[in-house]
Amino acid sequence: MYDIIIIGAGVSGTSIARELSRCKGKFCVLEKEEDVCCGTSKANSGIVHAGYDAAPGSLMAELNVQGNRMMKALSEELDFPFYQNGSFVVCTEENALPRLSELYERGQKNGVKDLQILTREEALFMEPNLCGETVAVLYAPTAGIVCPFGMNIALAENAFLNGVEFAFDTEVKEIIKKESHYQLITSKGIYEARCVVNAAGVYADRFHNMVSEKKIHITPRKGEYILLDKSAGNHVSHTIFALPGKYGKGVLVTPTVHGNLMIGPTAVDITDKEGKNTTAEGIDTIRQKAGNSVRNLPLKKVITSFAGLRAHEDGHEFLIGEVEDAPGFIDCAGIESPGLTSAPAIGVLAADLLKDKLQLEDNPSFTPERKGILNPALLTLEERNRLIQNQPAYGNIICRCEMISEGEILDAIHRPLGAKSLDGVKRRTRAGMGRCQSGFCSPRTMEILHRELKIPMEELTKCGGNSRLITGQRERVAGCSSTIL
Amino acid sequence: MQQYDIVIIGAGPAGLAAAVAAHDAGIRHILILERDREPGGILNQCIHNGFGLHTFKEELTGPEYADRFIKQVEERHIEYRLNTMVMGIDIAPDAPMKIVTAMNRQDGMYQIFSKAIILAMGCRERSRGALNIPGYRPAGIYSAGTAQRLVNMEGYLPGKKVVILGSGDIGLIMARRMTLEGAQVQVVAELMPYSGGLKRNIVQCLDDYNIPLKLSHTVIDIQGKERVEGVTLARVDEQNRPIVGTEETYECDTLLLSVGLLPENELSAGLGVKLNPVTSGPFVNESLETNISGVFACGNVLHVHDLVDYVSEEADAAGKNAAAYVKDSRNAVPGVQIEICPQEGVRYTVPSHIRLSQMQDEQTIRFRVGNVYKNCFIRAYLNDRQIVSKKRPVMAPGEMEQLKLKKELLLSQIETGAQNNRLIIRVEVI
Amino acid sequence: MNTKQLICIGCPLGCQLQAEQNGTEVVSVKGNTCPRGESYALKELTNPTRIVSTSVRVKGGEHRMVSVKTQKDIPKEKILACMEEINGLTVTAPIVIGDVILQNVAGTGVDIVATKTVAASPSSCQDAGSRNF
Repeated sequence: MYDIIIIGAGVSGTSIARELSRCKGKFCVLEKEEDVCCGTSKANSGIVHAGYDAAPGSLMAELNVQGNRMMKALSEELDFPFYQNGSFVVCTEENALPRLSELYERGQKNGVKDLQILTREEALFMEPNLCGETVAVLYAPTAGIVCPFGMNIALAENAFLNGVEFAFDTEVKEIIKKESHYQLITSKGIYEARCVVNAAGVYADRFHNMVSEKKIHITPRKGEYILLDKSAGNHVSHTIFALPGKYGKGVLVTPTVHGNLMIGPTAVDITDKEGKNTTAEGIDTIRQKAGNSVRNLPLKKVITSFAGLRAHEDGHEFLIGEVEDAPGFIDCAGIESPGLTSAPAIGVLAADLLKDKLQLEDNPSFTPERKGILNPALLTLEERNRLIQNQPAYGNIICRCEMISEGEILDAIHRPLGAKSLDGVKRRTRAGMGRCQSGFCSPRTMEILHRELKIPMEELTKCGGNSRLITGQRERVAGCSSTIL
Repeated sequence: MQQYDIVIIGAGPAGLAAAVAAHDAGIRHILILERDREPGGILNQCIHNGFGLHTFKEELTGPEYADRFIKQVEERHIEYRLNTMVMGIDIAPDAPMKIVTAMNRQDGMYQIFSKAIILAMGCRERSRGALNIPGYRPAGIYSAGTAQRLVNMEGYLPGKKVVILGSGDIGLIMARRMTLEGAQVQVVAELMPYSGGLKRNIVQCLDDYNIPLKLSHTVIDIQGKERVEGVTLARVDEQNRPIVGTEETYECDTLLLSVGLLPENELSAGLGVKLNPVTSGPFVNESLETNISGVFACGNVLHVHDLVDYVSEEADAAGKNAAAYVKDSRNAVPGVQIEICPQEGVRYTVPSHIRLSQMQDEQTIRFRVGNVYKNCFIRAYLNDRQIVSKKRPVMAPGEMEQLKLKKELLLSQIETGAQNNRLIIRVEVI
Repeated sequence: MNTKQLICIGCPLGCQLQAEQNGTEVVSVKGNTCPRGESYALKELTNPTRIVSTSVRVKGGEHRMVSVKTQKDIPKEKILACMEEINGLTVTAPIVIGDVILQNVAGTGVDIVATKTVAASPSSCQDAGSRNF
């Protein structure tokens, strides 16, 4: 019997897990995928919002601003990339200025610090590639960018090192309310816990509705993105939003923490909770809208496109708290943007609630720090040489686009909750994320995974499940059905 | 501090041939840096035959072609380092020396000073992302070259039921290769109305095995959330837009992409080498020297070649020119410069300009055309006067063209006194 | 009399050839621009041959596979039989380019030869990482 089971190893689930690990108790995170950060948390804008967007007084607004304030310290404690690059909301129509002021006012009410309205000249001075029609800009210096994988993985590793268990490839099929606990029927057997946290992203309605009569509904809202090569990464230095205007809601243009340029997202409601495919219409929309706030975008430098699903709850509000007719069942549902920003605050809110409920005691051995994978590019020549002398694998470059060494990949595999798949390595190290999109490094990374984890090549996957990378050793031609003409 | 006369980046066909030529021109301090585990570059995975007809007058496989040059390098005791990544190239404070920063397991990260650099890094394959192909992102999508390495060098089969997008030579070669390994290659789709591959490959890689080639077709959707389950093709109109109603879905577990090659010039760009947006390779002069004095380029890093024989030929010139630079035997007088202007069907030229004082008796101009042309002329005009006219029964974008210019001819036609002369090269259809 | 369509592979022109056959005998070739078209059609219709290249597994080598080919072209209809024989093979390093890997493949009288040199793998005390790239 666990004290608490968390469903979902996304950024919300792992943030709650990490906060809970400050207390003594038996906690477990169940994840249907093979790794952390496989759902909404892996495909989003990676933006740490300032907090002027959400309705004043909403939980969204409160947690957004709180999360924003917590992010810097958390990123230092857990060693994940975060830069406070500031964001612009670009207004391109004189008659839309009142709406820009409205945003400013809302930000003030929500407690966002240092908001400013910039004139066209001030804005263009700071960001020369803003579109020519720029009239004014809402500047939020507290906004930032974060590595969504880096943050999620860091939270999970730290939770794990502080005693939280993780069960992957474990899909919850059914939840049964018992007298004083819950029974979870999963693809890997039965789990029992006194309390359950539902941090299941787009599936949160499914689990909520298993235990409650007050039904909720979550719509997967698809957002497509395009990612540009690092040579385009300096096109803008701030995160650029377009003030919704005559072209509808715009797309954002932002540098990423790794130095690429990202443009997106679209917003299309769909029904398939796994519908993470990109579409021709979506990519076209992004390409058309991107120019509305930023000019001269080098759209030829696209290296990949991807889609993520936001967990949109009908009321567009975070639902965090104990479900009224299901004591001990804590919802963490409807976590869409600004969910990533809010995650640190969500963790504290949900964990505090559970601490009170279960009267959890402090965990005296809790260690808040976690060290990420070393980035050798930040070392001096001498330091790097010392490193390679001790660990020659750091001298062997595997991913030549991102210059990732075998040493970093070995670390990704062997660290707590380490990578088991090609995407697992990619999310932890960026190997394969560059301009050639793993064309060169994938056979080499596969070889390393095979060697280190002793997984037969035929069973190596891109991202778990049935995503096998090769179909076998080369076969006898006996089975060959082809004929020679 | 390690010091060399010439450092060559890359031990593929270009780097090897350049090293041999530089050595034979009298340079002894040459170092080749190679990131892979063996010299030979991409030839190591091109195990099919058809290489070397021009160079050796016989048909060799890729590894055999590479072996000829590796032997020449070894016979000359030219130093090369494997598994070594070049992390950056800079101009030394005491220019014209250049500093190459390299790294490997044994030696760590270190710097090498060199008088001249030859860029021979080759090219990489364009990825799915660059094409904006919509759909899921499952396992089973490989660039043709990655699949080629997996099959030929590692002995793995990436899939059993295959659709190939792109009919360049690698795509065609892989269609046959996968078939011979027992996979079922369903179709090769090509966006353009013509194939970029050699006729021989269409006949011997597709027709021999009854694999259909669909011209003017592209992939508009990829199905399968974990592993590829299907690929939808559609015919495209003249603007390459998919035509509604022409969609066909193929059940498959693998999609191979052979959709173009891009010179790999990140190191060059970091050094400040100016790149031609048409080729993504450096602009070079008659000596295959970039805008940075003493930095030369050859092979696929300069522009993507069709035949390795031309790579060897070009690299030979780059090696000789780098040697001349090192020996400082070049004429330093700036003199007359001829700007080459590609027009009407000629997409680019290598070189892009000629300094007459440095020019050899004969200069090869290499280029590609932008369309299929039949019964046409390649004509060159120097300051609007026609100086060369060469009849070509057929030209296609998939093949590299060349024109040889005699120095005498240019000398007799230049405007005396004018520092800049324009040489227009274009296709003229009769 | 029957007509066969062929594409000449002699050059990028890719002439569409029409060859008329009387039984196995080629009576006429049309559509070619140069004499190479005719000789290509004759060869393709009477005795089509191909070089087959592949790679085979290596035991104890510094690489996992060695590339090989038929030393000469073999009849086209023997390609699959040839692949079947080659695919069963494992060879032991060292292998030198040109080494005969298999004699008289599929009864063609043609040998399979290595197209690459693969040295024996260095002693087992080598550190684990370096054998991989």
